[in-house]
Amino acid sequence: MTKRVPVPLLVPAVLGLIFLILPLVGLLARTPWATLPARLAEPRVVEALRLSLLTSSLATVLCLLLGVPLAWLLARVEFPGRRLVRALITVPLVLPPVVGGIALLLALGRRGLVGQWLDTTFGITLPFTTAGVVIAESFVALPFLVIAVEGALRGADSRYEEAAATLGSTRWTTFTHVTLPLVAPGIAAGAVLCWARALGEFGATITFAGNYPGVTQTMPLAVYQTMESGDLEGAVVLSLILLVVSVAILAGLRDRWLTAP
Amino acid sequence: MRIRIAATIGLTSLIVLAGCGGGTGPAAAEKSGSVTGPVTVFAAASLTESFTTLGKRFESTHPGVEVTFNFAGSSALATQINEGAPADVFASASPKNMAAVADAGTPATFVRNQLVIAVAKGNPKGITGLSGLTGPGLKVALCAEAVPCGAAARTAIDASGVKVTPVTLEQDVKAALSKVRLGEVDAALVYRTDAKASAAAVDAVEFPESAKAVNDYPIVVLTTAKNPGGARAFVDYVLSADGVRVLTEAGFQAP
Repeated sequence: MTKRVPVPLLVPAVLGLIFLILPLVGLLARTPWATLPARLAEPRVVEALRLSLLTSSLATVLCLLLGVPLAWLLARVEFPGRRLVRALITVPLVLPPVVGGIALLLALGRRGLVGQWLDTTFGITLPFTTAGVVIAESFVALPFLVIAVEGALRGADSRYEEAAATLGSTRWTTFTHVTLPLVAPGIAAGAVLCWARALGEFGATITFAGNYPGVTQTMPLAVYQTMESGDLEGAVVLSLILLVVSVAILAGLRDRWLTAP
Repeated sequence: MRIRIAATIGLTSLIVLAGCGGGTGPAAAEKSGSVTGPVTVFAAASLTESFTTLGKRFESTHPGVEVTFNFAGSSALATQINEGAPADVFASASPKNMAAVADAGTPATFVRNQLVIAVAKGNPKGITGLSGLTGPGLKVALCAEAVPCGAAARTAIDASGVKVTPVTLEQDVKAALSKVRLGEVDAALVYRTDAKASAAAVDAVEFPESAKAVNDYPIVVLTTAKNPGGARAFVDYVLSADGVRVLTEAGFQAP
């Protein structure tokens, strides 16, 4: 028995690693370290970062409220068309986000299917608002949470829930007192994935919510606009912030929740 | 937008590679005295309709030439060219974005364009000028100031002294116009030519301050062009009587 790693596996593995890391090295190499502190303090940078953190956190809360019950339904309740529902949930996962943004406009925009009614009945219009950003981010991030939580629910030992049921617990009590604590790590992992996806959201946001500093211009939009205006250095600084924030949060949570068994 | 740009660049590089493989490079073209091969034109979003028409006509009079377009905001195009995107011709909606390109030769101004207020068909909000864009609950889209239509809008608005607060700053003029077409905003400042190209869906409201923000459109054969012969021929065609006619029919002003 030899422990040597076979070359046909090692070479592509190393190439894959380089492929993933090289662009980040490129970003660091072009970072203007000297002017970095001044750039970081620019109001538009602070504003975009604040908006990004706020909207992605709100989107994660919304996804938890809607996604955990949805995952439970898929994992624990037999109903006709369950496979179809599961397939539909994964659509936003494979859909280009720009297409998602257009779809959101046609559904929730001022002339959209539901948006028209929201506007005439309540005077609510979602495009060009911070709420619109949260909706766009939730739309693309929700499948990540549902899939992660459903996986955790399927992996959890259902005998605990059955024992609770035989002891007279209602399905709701079982859910809150047995199921939720049991799959808490899975929910946390799903929430982190969901948050990271929401933080990086670009296409659906710019299409559905537009682009205005302080209201709908999140970090990815600010990066794009800065790059488009020819300020490469500014775009690099904004990208670096986004990179540091996401890596820091993922690293911080990894040890607690995301460690593989 | 990103997808379209990426697809265009991808397609362009394929065509460029195919061109080189077939031995129809610029050298061969110049030697034979006629132009052949692919010509890649980066053009301002507001030129989408007229340049597409010009491209088709140019191809029919120049067999063997294939014109590929990449339409986007002029500032995005300038950034792409500076970062090495394979362009032969650059047509910008303002001299400022042309000047930002390091490899630009000597640009020629080929048309002028000015802004109108694009509103929904029938002008339901009764907008008659810039002062009509300040009403409560009225939603206005402008281009981002980095793109020429946004810079022109800022100049015109400043000249009027009216305080217009947009709900969104779009990446190019077509994106701003599409927000009017979708009914998501009540008005957008776009070029006269864009409103004309979408006349079936939007009405154009002329306003006097737009005369203070007229944009010159420069065009140039880039010094890094892979097909300088083909690029020169296309630019000459744009500047020809035939080219000027197509452009003025679209609503552009001759320089």
